[in-house]
Amino acid sequence: MTGSNLLVDVKLSNGKTIQVQTGLFINNEFVVGDYTLDTVNPATGEVITAVQAADTPKVDEAVDAAENAYQTVWKDTLPTERQRLMLRLADLIERDAEELAQIETLDNGKPFTNSKFVDVPALLGTLRYYAGFADKLYGKLINTQVGTSLVDREPYGVCAGILPWNFPLSMLGWKLGPALVTGNVIIIKTSEITPLSALKVAALAKEAGFAPGVIQIITGYGKTAGTALSRHMRVSKLAFTGSTMVGREIMKASADTNLKKVTLELGGKSPNIIFNDADIDQAVKFAHRGIYYNQGQICCAGSRIYVQEGVYDQFVKGLQAAATTGKSGDPFDLTTMHGPLVSQMQFDRVMDYIESGKAEGAHVHTGGKRVGDKGYFIEPTIFTDVKPEMKIVKEEIFGPVAVVTKFKDEDDVVRLANDTVYGLASAVFTKDIDRALTVAKRIQAGTVWVNGYNLLENETPFGGYGQSGIGRENGEMGLDNYLQYKTIKINLNVKL
Amino acid sequence: MANFVVQTSTKKGYKLDLQTGLFINNEFVAGAETIDVVNPAYGETICAVQAADKEQVDQAVDAAHKAFYGGWKEAAPQTRQKLMLKLADLMERDAEELAQIETLDNGKGISMSRNVDVPASISTIRYYAGYCDKIHGKVIDTPGSLSYTRHEAIGVVGCIIPWNFPLLMLAWKLGPALCTGNAIIVKSSELTPLSAIKIAALAKEAGFPPGVLNIITGYGPKAGDALARHTKVGKIAFTGSTLTGRHIMKAAAESNLKKVTLELGGKSPSIVFEDADLDQAIKWTHHGIYFNHGQCCCAGSRIYVQESIYDKFIAKFKEYAENTRVGDPEDETTFQGPQVSQTQYDRIMSYIETGKAEGATVFTGGERQGDKGYFIQPTVFTDVKQDMKIMQEEIFGPVVAIAKFKNLDDVIEKAHDTTYGLAASIHTTNVKTAIQVSNKLEAGTVWVNQHNVLHPETPFGGFRQSGFGRENGEYALENYLQVKCVKINIGADL
Repeated sequence: MTGSNLLVDVKLSNGKTIQVQTGLFINNEFVVGDYTLDTVNPATGEVITAVQAADTPKVDEAVDAAENAYQTVWKDTLPTERQRLMLRLADLIERDAEELAQIETLDNGKPFTNSKFVDVPALLGTLRYYAGFADKLYGKLINTQVGTSLVDREPYGVCAGILPWNFPLSMLGWKLGPALVTGNVIIIKTSEITPLSALKVAALAKEAGFAPGVIQIITGYGKTAGTALSRHMRVSKLAFTGSTMVGREIMKASADTNLKKVTLELGGKSPNIIFNDADIDQAVKFAHRGIYYNQGQICCAGSRIYVQEGVYDQFVKGLQAAATTGKSGDPFDLTTMHGPLVSQMQFDRVMDYIESGKAEGAHVHTGGKRVGDKGYFIEPTIFTDVKPEMKIVKEEIFGPVAVVTKFKDEDDVVRLANDTVYGLASAVFTKDIDRALTVAKRIQAGTVWVNGYNLLENETPFGGYGQSGIGRENGEMGLDNYLQYKTIKINLNVKL
Repeated sequence: MANFVVQTSTKKGYKLDLQTGLFINNEFVAGAETIDVVNPAYGETICAVQAADKEQVDQAVDAAHKAFYGGWKEAAPQTRQKLMLKLADLMERDAEELAQIETLDNGKGISMSRNVDVPASISTIRYYAGYCDKIHGKVIDTPGSLSYTRHEAIGVVGCIIPWNFPLLMLAWKLGPALCTGNAIIVKSSELTPLSAIKIAALAKEAGFPPGVLNIITGYGPKAGDALARHTKVGKIAFTGSTLTGRHIMKAAAESNLKKVTLELGGKSPSIVFEDADLDQAIKWTHHGIYFNHGQCCCAGSRIYVQESIYDKFIAKFKEYAENTRVGDPEDETTFQGPQVSQTQYDRIMSYIETGKAEGATVFTGGERQGDKGYFIQPTVFTDVKQDMKIMQEEIFGPVVAIAKFKNLDDVIEKAHDTTYGLAASIHTTNVKTAIQVSNKLEAGTVWVNQHNVLHPETPFGGFRQSGFGRENGEYALENYLQVKCVKINIGADL
């Protein structure tokens, strides 16, 4: 079978037909895998297509190709050429933006308006942002007693990125951008739940002119392809975004094999804190965005909402109104706000948490039920009367379920907010500068939004405190993950 | 509306539609007077261009001011990046035309324009385009305050560019000035205005809003002075002679104390140690002085050769110099074209006469080449003394002085016997010599085993009277930014 045989025609709910690539992208070719798996349309529960998937043999092939590409081509490619290729890829993504958005919505279930106006532009922005760094990766010159020391920054060589299913294209950008611009080659394993959009980007990478083996994209299960990558002796660095549970496995695998550098972007149970003097209208809108955007399937979702006593009733009323408007339905319908959860398994998991909430005595203020009888749709849900030790307050649900708690004062809420193993993000809503900055400094989280939520931009770093992860993505700091320091010390002054 | 396009063609028949207007507020307009532009290979007039005086400078500054405060200041960095990348793409599209214009106007070989000037200019714009969204301040922990710095655009900046690398020097200014979000007025040299005007047209095509980029031709004492004195211009960047640099600084002092950066002259030493690869040292020191016909601020115009290899060096250098391909700039094999103008030609010939008068030996060259255009033979002086004018003053032509040195301390002393400090080169195979000597030399760029090699990523500028401020690299951004420190009181009540 060749690349052209692995293209499949798929009909969308809006009547259009698109072609999706189903092969593994290894060495600039689309090839057959070690097995196949089905990818499902979560809006309907129906299989879209089978895709080729990788186990150890194909992973080995990809690593060999990556190593060869690095040693024979990419290592000596000029930074300005890396920049040119990345900008070219971005231009091609922009050319095919509509198609990419359609594939993203088909596979992930997120509303088409989101795919088109948020996810694809996000990918473009990330690539264009990082492309500019290509010829700006400076080291330092340090004068010391011994002589002149040059601290240079060099790529690792063969890197791997394991992507989640919640923002397939955007997360692809977050890995490709910094890895490529720093001169690394990269093997991407997509989530088995959402393999399709990255394969379209793979075809564009080939068209852009990247040499074979520089970018490779493979579908596969975590247990097979993911394990093979995280255990491979010739992958020098692995970046993982996904659940904390799997993150531990990745770290263990590295420890057991070649101590490859690992960065992890894991789960969260981020506190969204609303003070009495907040602009309540904005707080409600941002809180809604914080927990219901992307069907709550965001690592930094504001899933624990803390509202100061004085505005509690007003806020909850507002959030309930917001939660109950907004249409759940066909993601290709341009008026849809909420799509389905990504899979049967995620649907079951979230419904289980809702049941546990009820069982532990929390009050379903609104929502809590499936929407319709096809696809994995869940109503935006609010729990009140929650206690800190409840599962729904402690554990990451990863669905459209908010738990709302009243608080007295700053000390009270900071204590509650920091009472978590996680530390990915947080928010503070207040008009008072002093309070905003003091609370921001006291919260133990990698991102603190002041008067906003889920506002992510390429220029600013993102990542977790505590068990939310290791390392930062985005911003100049994102480059650190893909470069190693080499100190060259030229002896001028020491004679034995 | 008047059309300022002049149709002409090169001697080899490349057709050009030359825009000759002043570019103000995205329009090509008339100036206060016209200036004739001369082809230095023949001494013939190419065309006349519009030239600015104070009134047009005022217009340009007003346009830039309006553009900056009317939206450019708030424009998203990604917008600036997109425009700059588009400009670079258009320069690439019209690369051949730009090269032809540059060669016609300046006299540098077409191979140089094509392979050096135009590509380097494009690379510079692309390098700086990548910085647009990467201008960061710092967060600085202090007791009682949250303190941070904002690196903000200055607003309206003026740039005065020279005639030796018209297009490249334009790119060196535009790159950092635009990516940091400023609005700009460029005054090009009255000797070489044409390529900048072409860039103006491309900037308009790329979509830069009116007033963000203004490009005007004009004389230094008229347009240059008006720009240096304008109280709405927050910064002036000047590349040119040390003499004019002093004027600019005085004008800034007398007007609004605008920020000034100067990239001035040099009398850079090339130092050849006895353990140098002799063949490579000859080639690189030759390149160091004769590249661009000696019209480089960083030219290696004094060569110091270690005693033991001196005789061998000068014999080989003479032979190499005499084989320099001097000729018609439109000929692809030409390395050295004419000097840029009659005035420059006269100045250089006068220095040659002075050298002879002061007792130095013309080892080779010293005469005009041919009888048309401003060509001068590659010239070498030997038997030179440190205090001779040809050793102390910048000649800015294809004239090098070669002297002997004994050892490291001797040559460092000789190298530093100058008011300048722009660049230097060291030729040696020994690692320790390379690093130790480059550590010691008081020069803004020190080359090891090469000369005149520049990249957009690395800073360039002078020690001493060669100027202050650095162009290129991350360092250039500073010139176009001002630092604001914001200190928010957290909890420090009175």
